Amino acid sequence: MTIGFLVLATLTVAGALGAMFFRNLVHCALCLVPTFAGLAALFLQLNAEFVGFVQILVYVGAVAILIVFAILLTRGSEPPASAAVRHSAWWGLWVAVVAFVIMAGTILSSLIMSVAELAKPVPTIRRIGDQLMQDYVLPLEVIGLLLTAALIGAVVIAMQEEPKKNGS
Amino acid sequence: MTDRLDQIFVLGKQWLLGQLQGWGLLPADFVPLVSALFSIIFIVVVFAGLFAITTVIERKGLGRIQNRLGPNRVGLPPPFPQLRLAGFGQFIADGIKALIKEDIVPRAADRVVHFLAPVALVVPVLLAYSVLPFGRNMTPIELEAGLLFFFAVGAATELSLFMAGWSSRNKYSLLGAMRAVAQMISYEIPLVLSSLTVVMMVGSLSLPQIVAAQDHYTGTLAHWHIFKPWGFAGCILFLIAALAESNRSPFDLPEAESEIIAGYFVEYSGFKFALFFLGEYLGLFAVSGLGVTLFLGGWTAPFSWLTWIPSWLWFFFKLCALIAVFIWIRGTVPRLRADQLMGLAWKFMLPMALWNIVVAAAWHFTHQAGWHLIVRWLFCAALLVGPYLIFGRAFEAKVGKRTYRYAP
Amino acid sequence: MNSPLHCYLLLSALLFCIGLAGALTRRNAIIVLVGIELMLNAGNLNFIAFWRFHAGSESLQGVLFALFSIGIAAAEAAVGLALIIAIYRHRHSTNLDEIDSMKG
Repeated sequence: MTIGFLVLATLTVAGALGAMFFRNLVHCALCLVPTFAGLAALFLQLNAEFVGFVQILVYVGAVAILIVFAILLTRGSEPPASAAVRHSAWWGLWVAVVAFVIMAGTILSSLIMSVAELAKPVPTIRRIGDQLMQDYVLPLEVIGLLLTAALIGAVVIAMQEEPKKNGS
Repeated sequence: MTDRLDQIFVLGKQWLLGQLQGWGLLPADFVPLVSALFSIIFIVVVFAGLFAITTVIERKGLGRIQNRLGPNRVGLPPPFPQLRLAGFGQFIADGIKALIKEDIVPRAADRVVHFLAPVALVVPVLLAYSVLPFGRNMTPIELEAGLLFFFAVGAATELSLFMAGWSSRNKYSLLGAMRAVAQMISYEIPLVLSSLTVVMMVGSLSLPQIVAAQDHYTGTLAHWHIFKPWGFAGCILFLIAALAESNRSPFDLPEAESEIIAGYFVEYSGFKFALFFLGEYLGLFAVSGLGVTLFLGGWTAPFSWLTWIPSWLWFFFKLCALIAVFIWIRGTVPRLRADQLMGLAWKFMLPMALWNIVVAAAWHFTHQAGWHLIVRWLFCAALLVGPYLIFGRAFEAKVGKRTYRYAP
Repeated sequence: MNSPLHCYLLLSALLFCIGLAGALTRRNAIIVLVGIELMLNAGNLNFIAFWRFHAGSESLQGVLFALFSIGIAAAEAAVGLALIIAIYRHRHSTNLDEIDSMKG
């Protein structure tokens, strides 16, 4: 384990914990930023330069902003009057802890422990582009369609309903 | 000789590193680190200096446009008080004022976020400089996805404006922040789409390669992208979007003094305010530098008989020219209304940027089909003019002609 | 020089479970959505880590999978937040315990 990994992992986990357990919703949303940035840096560490930058562009530049906007539009920026957690909170926590223990146990007891590091792959952007346009052109089209549908759908759902005209 | 002058900063850095190693002050392991440090210091010093001078020139230029003198009093500090330097000492006075002013944090403010916001603006903006090619062999980091890095880092600044506006607990600053974020998200799409044409034609996201693709000459004229129809349209769209991204007039609704005082930084004073100011100008320089790189040939000379001028000087000429244009626009164009702002982004710039991609493709394929250069040029220009008229009219029809009720 | 694979997998599992805990315990619908985003991100980290340590890392599958997953996450966030805003407009609340009119 390298120091770089430790620092980034701490940053990511701390941000995630903050995002999940702060009371003030805007603080939660802002805590997402170090998590997303830390993950992007981890991608860079794993030689996936392109994915790292896309991660920052999409998550920090768009998703985090979108969440902040939603929080402000729903007046969630004021601290909640009642408890921030649900009635069944303890069950949720237990499920998460048990899930983590099972996953960690599986990882630590699996063959993965003995996987050695391979030669550094060089995913040039040109190759990513070639692959997207050749082998993965259908998923790319589907993603395009999905994003268009999501764009239109989001606008339609969130659009202010027009006041009903008299008689109808 | 001209080659030496062209590479003077590169050679200078190598010489300095060699000297440090020669004196035994620098172990070999630390050479990349110290080299990066030199680049960082150089960038920060040069662009902070440019910022200082730009503030004075902007105020003087705006003054001239508005038929007044602008700052012309402050000269050098006490030992030479008689030297006025035509007011160019103004930035020293402004800087000292900003540093010694009291740092006020409103009682209701969210202290941590309030403190972090200016830092979160300046750091990404400075990071963006790391991929710009300032001259031949003068790119601090040669990333393969340099353009993507620039946009990714630029997207991170939006959040800092929101942090500033929200943490101040002031209705004006929150309004300003919401306006700023909405505006920056809307204009980021045309910004990225207009630079996409360049990526398509060059076939690379690396900024040094984009410049290298423009470093050819037909006759004496350089192959800058702005000289091609799609490049011209892309450049105009890019510059408009860049203006909006850096929240400058006529897109300065987020900080409109006459409506919401100063928007998201109403509650900032002293050094933090200076940081915001610095971040805003550095962001403008960075995005202008990107515009120079993408469309105006980066560090290349416009004519082949001007190539003896050092490459870094060309970059700074073009950068300063763009800054001058931005100052000129600020002094000339009135502020847009919020609905006009959004209408411009979504109804005019976005379709034009998308159409421009098609035009770029047409340029590419007519080249493959072997059309004559002039025919290609006219064909692509014609492809652009039609949609421009349609989208422009559609946008205009909504605004309508202004009618005056009380004036004849 | 990199950390071994299981470090990345453990980190990803931890992130996933933090997201899961948040999604299961918080009352506010927006934060539940944030938790789901965190879980998706943990998945992305796994894609990239496996790709990096897999013998056939020539094929770029992991990278492309992660890219598609980021795209889907963006679409999901947009639609999810639009739904939350629409619900808020009807019921003036984003509290999940109160949005239960379908409960039998």
